[in-house]
Amino acid sequence: MSMRIGDEAGRARAEAIDPTLLVADPLRTPQDGSEWRASWHRFRHHLLAMVGLGFLVFMFLACFVGVHFAPDPFELNLLEPPSGPSGAHWFGTDVLSRDSLSRVLHGGQISLKVALGVAILSTVIGVVIGAFAGFYRGWLDALLMRFTDLWIALPALPFLAVAVSIGTVDLGPLGSLDLGGPLGITLLLSCLLWGSIARVVRGSTLALREREFVDAARAIGASNTRIITRHVIPNCMGPIIVNATLVVAEAILVESTLSFLGFGIQPPTPSWGNLLSDSIGNLEDQWWLTVFPGLAIFLTVLAVNFVGDGLRDAYDPRRRIRA
Amino acid sequence: MSVPALEVDGLRVEFGRLPTAVQAVQRVTFSVATGETVAIVGESGSGKSVTGLAVMGLVDPPGRITEGDVRLAGKVLTGSTESEYRRVRGKDLAMVFQDPLSSLNPVRRVGDQIAEAARVHGASRASARARAIEMLERVGVVPAARRARAYPHELSGGMRQRVMLAMALVNRPQVLIADEPTTALDVTTQSQILELLGELQREMGLALVLVSHDLGVVAGIADRVLVMYAGRIVEEGPAAEVFAAAGHPYTRGLLASVPRVDDARPVLAAIPGSPPDPTALPSGCPFHTRCVLAEEQCGERRPPLHLLTGGHRAACLFADEVSIGARSL
Repeated sequence: MSMRIGDEAGRARAEAIDPTLLVADPLRTPQDGSEWRASWHRFRHHLLAMVGLGFLVFMFLACFVGVHFAPDPFELNLLEPPSGPSGAHWFGTDVLSRDSLSRVLHGGQISLKVALGVAILSTVIGVVIGAFAGFYRGWLDALLMRFTDLWIALPALPFLAVAVSIGTVDLGPLGSLDLGGPLGITLLLSCLLWGSIARVVRGSTLALREREFVDAARAIGASNTRIITRHVIPNCMGPIIVNATLVVAEAILVESTLSFLGFGIQPPTPSWGNLLSDSIGNLEDQWWLTVFPGLAIFLTVLAVNFVGDGLRDAYDPRRRIRA
Repeated sequence: MSVPALEVDGLRVEFGRLPTAVQAVQRVTFSVATGETVAIVGESGSGKSVTGLAVMGLVDPPGRITEGDVRLAGKVLTGSTESEYRRVRGKDLAMVFQDPLSSLNPVRRVGDQIAEAARVHGASRASARARAIEMLERVGVVPAARRARAYPHELSGGMRQRVMLAMALVNRPQVLIADEPTTALDVTTQSQILELLGELQREMGLALVLVSHDLGVVAGIADRVLVMYAGRIVEEGPAAEVFAAAGHPYTRGLLASVPRVDDARPVLAAIPGSPPDPTALPSGCPFHTRCVLAEEQCGERRPPLHLLTGGHRAACLFADEVSIGARSL
């Protein structure tokens, strides 16, 4: 940073005038402006996170906006043989001569929606269960954690395969739910993926509840619920965010795996997973049908992890930005 | 005479279950009037901090109050439900802890943490904020509106303790328990905080309980002093009398071990040995194993608090002689 020397001299001057500035460094941690602005300030300086965020924004725009400018993903022409990437079909066409780019983007809609839904839902379940178990300890902890173990121990793929094959279940007044559809898959994956977050949050909570600021909160008359929501959970945000992004990545992968195995989103509705599974047999002849959905999964998962890294740093007010 | 702001009557705090229960506090009785400062002094493990926590109703299991009452302005607190106690905590009865850094939530702005204390007791969001900033101003964290937005790690140790004071006093409590409020601070900051504490006390008419191991701190501001040893009060009285004419050899030992600027002694006088194991207290006077004045009878019966002069008592068989200096260390 070229400003570095002037910067230091300025600080030295400021310190000579106002001793309180010795500790609070207004240049690096803005005290004015909102919480979000301070976090954004830190996030912006995380190069990989910004690259990841840029890629995710691009991916979302492509899948949810750009897709309207691409050819119809269901339009087929059985007489045309599959063709490789070209000016007319950037990602080539598949065996039914459908536009592959369009199918990847449509698949992305499903995969991204499912991943985001799973991340939010499983994080909420996991944080609540983990925080209560860790804070109250004793029999509640034992009960909740054995319940968590149960879900963690469940073999994911057989469970999902069985659940999905049940198909549509009637929920009475709530309508019906297709367990093999995007919403059904979201719920099922959330059930499977909240366990690790619950464990992480419980662990952090066990340590946090012994901290003095929890006693101080009790001394001002705060209730247990307030202590959990205002003092314990905010202090776990780092691990929670990192875990949530890991879950996004995992949800994309499990959904893909499931679809790949034929249990997930059913063709002709495309998802990144079933696009892969449809084309993997023809990898040698039509490489583009496998490589592009594969890259979409790989790059999205990577980008999500980078963003998670940046978010963790941004959320922690103690962490100074790296120049 | 009006009812004292805080009364503690025959308090006993035990940890664990009988027969191996440890008695951390035994038969502790004292009262603090509005505007009065009572200091509780003693070594680590003497039960002084537990006494403070017991008054707040914050003794964690396996510890519990097994006997005695805590009364706030005549109203008995012991035995009330957690939610009843919660309404009193932070409102009429506040506490400041030793280490202001670890007592503040690191990821929340200090202004929000002070405002929370007001919010918990029913203040609206806007008035809580306004009161938090007003309190910050009062404790000398300025410019208050700007400092309210700071995180704990952005403030110096002295400022953090000022923030803790603001948090404790934002609801204008009647009683403040300060548990080693200056121990984590350097000497100059210490005196500033003590001065501030004294000012606030006069201004708000606080009944102040100062828990400390530092007799230098206590001498400056306490009206009365309680000396605790092995969970019991071994001496109590007006500060001037306790310092000038201590009636318990333990108090004498503590006073002798305080370093002074004009000290000519090459080595500080220390009390031999260490505090007794609370699971196996010596018979008789709990201090007799370390006491240089101990005689045979000290190990046989426990001395009761013996009245020396008005309000000054010491739990020593030879209190009168120790007090006038006829027996000295």
